[in-house]
Amino acid sequence: MTGVRTRLAVSVAGFGALAAAAILFAPLAGSTDIDLRRVFDRSLPFADNTDAQIFFVARLPRTLAGAVVGAALASAGVVFQGLLRNPLATPFTLGISSGSALGAMLAITWGWSFAALGLPAVPLASFAGAIVAVGIVYWLARARHAGLSTNVLLLAGVTMNAFFSALILFVQYFADFAQTYRTLRWLMGDLDVSSYESLIATVPLLTAAFAAFAWLARPLNLLSLGPDSAESRGIDVVRAQRTAFLSGSLATGAAVSVAGPIGFIGIIIPHLVRLIVGADHRVVLPASALFGAAFLVGCDLLARTVMSPIEVPVGVITALIGGPFFLWLLVRKG
Amino acid sequence: MKDEGRRKSACGPSEARSRRARASGGGAPRALIKDAVTGTALWVLLLTIAAAAQQVAVRPARIISLIPAVTEMLFAVGAGEQVVGVGSFDRYPPQVEKLPRVGALLDPDLEKMLSLRPDLVVIYGSQTDLQQQLERAKVPLFIYRHAGLADVTKTMRELGGRVGRGQEADAAAARVEAALDAVGRSVKGRTKPRVLLVFDREAGALRGIYASGGVGFLHDIIELAGGTNVFADVQRQSVQAGTELILARRPDVILELRLGTLGEAAARAVRSDWDAIPAVPAVRNGRVVLIADERMRVPGPRVAEAARLIAETLHPDAFK
Repeated sequence: MTGVRTRLAVSVAGFGALAAAAILFAPLAGSTDIDLRRVFDRSLPFADNTDAQIFFVARLPRTLAGAVVGAALASAGVVFQGLLRNPLATPFTLGISSGSALGAMLAITWGWSFAALGLPAVPLASFAGAIVAVGIVYWLARARHAGLSTNVLLLAGVTMNAFFSALILFVQYFADFAQTYRTLRWLMGDLDVSSYESLIATVPLLTAAFAAFAWLARPLNLLSLGPDSAESRGIDVVRAQRTAFLSGSLATGAAVSVAGPIGFIGIIIPHLVRLIVGADHRVVLPASALFGAAFLVGCDLLARTVMSPIEVPVGVITALIGGPFFLWLLVRKG
Repeated sequence: MKDEGRRKSACGPSEARSRRARASGGGAPRALIKDAVTGTALWVLLLTIAAAAQQVAVRPARIISLIPAVTEMLFAVGAGEQVVGVGSFDRYPPQVEKLPRVGALLDPDLEKMLSLRPDLVVIYGSQTDLQQQLERAKVPLFIYRHAGLADVTKTMRELGGRVGRGQEADAAAARVEAALDAVGRSVKGRTKPRVLLVFDREAGALRGIYASGGVGFLHDIIELAGGTNVFADVQRQSVQAGTELILARRPDVILELRLGTLGEAAARAVRSDWDAIPAVPAVRNGRVVLIADERMRVPGPRVAEAARLIAETLHPDAFK
């Protein structure tokens, strides 16, 4: 076996190159042909330069959003699978996505139009919804345990998902048609952020989450052997679990507030990466983040070009690719 | 009148006989009573059937409409008195505010409908479950399908025939058609601006933008009012338009439909969302227009007013 440092270097270089290629190529293609010389022509005023605006207002934020959201969801997936010691866990297993969906839906249905930090109401409400869901699940998992019971975490998360979904359906039933459709569309995921504010707002959140992920790599490796043996090797299990839960939730909540709950990234990317680089979280985490970024940027490129001028929701593309893969994974495990 | 008289003469003697029979209390009079009762019942039955048949054939008296556009049409063809129930989203004419509500596209309230004893219910073509239920209850139906501008007056005429207001419907439809023609004439020969008609968008952002495609009454209104729909080539009622698509299609005018009217400051804030893409001619030239008008959402008899509103917006000079 090669040392972990070599494997880390090789996989980061490999997946990093893939992500860089995707991020560099994606803004060049789209439903319209643009002239790159015009895009970077400083002599034209930006206000009149359609090509530059297509590049900088339409495509670039969307590509960067894809990279950020893909990286966050893929690595959150790794963290949740490690925390719950369950290969089928996803960033949305513990109720975060339905909490944010409830928040987003309320903002859409009640027509909230407040803004803060340059962000419109829908992403703010969705992030608030995520925090509420995470708070409830966390409180439940601690209530009957001195530490943090992963079983209760899982059950509470799944139940919260069902409960929030019921609330969503309840409110939707009384909403008007256009609002219902908009909520549905939000659930399919959309990276067309068309401004940099929502991306910049996620930077502090994701920096904190990724810093925690870096610290979590070793504890997650030991947790995979079971909490008892991790404890015996000097890991503060409760602290590691708590950090994993909170940082994974933070990354997921931030990602969902930008782009809606884009499914399957959090499950197929970690598994594919593990097939390639092995199970060591010190390699899996950074590799998943990079591969997740590349994958989502690629899916979004497909979403906005395959049926142009009609755009396919990016969540539909990831699910169409992810669904069959997930089933294959299930059969293979069985 | 003749009928009336005959009925009296038929009932009169038998009633007299039955009274006599009761008084004597014999066995034979019992048959007479039976005769009288059967006779009366038969007459009542016959009259009811005749009346019912006449009503169904000529003029339904208890109409329910689930569709705002059709409700407006019913009132426009003079059948407003016959309407006994409307859908949840009906707002016009003001008389509908007093009528019972029976649900809408997704949540039709069958029980409520049946309790209103309708003799005609207007439903959407996609409400197949409701259609089956009402057919089972033997309620006559008029099935409505959403379509283009030309179908508005066509539906008005069909509906008029069905509710016994054929002539009024013809006249009302002709008035709408004449008004539409007038709008078309008033902008004839003018340069057609490229129009983006947005009917929904996320608050405070250029996200989740839905615009009119090349099908449907909104598209037809843009074209009639002297504009060119930038998404005329998309054969759908709605297009989800990303910023790239809008930049590429370069609309000269952006019409944004809103549900409620806004104050001046709020309206300016809503329009300023578009400043993120100043290369779009509509944004650069300050031609982003907010329209909070219910007539733009109902393909009913007021379509000509909606078309005129759009024509005035696109070609203010033509209406000076």
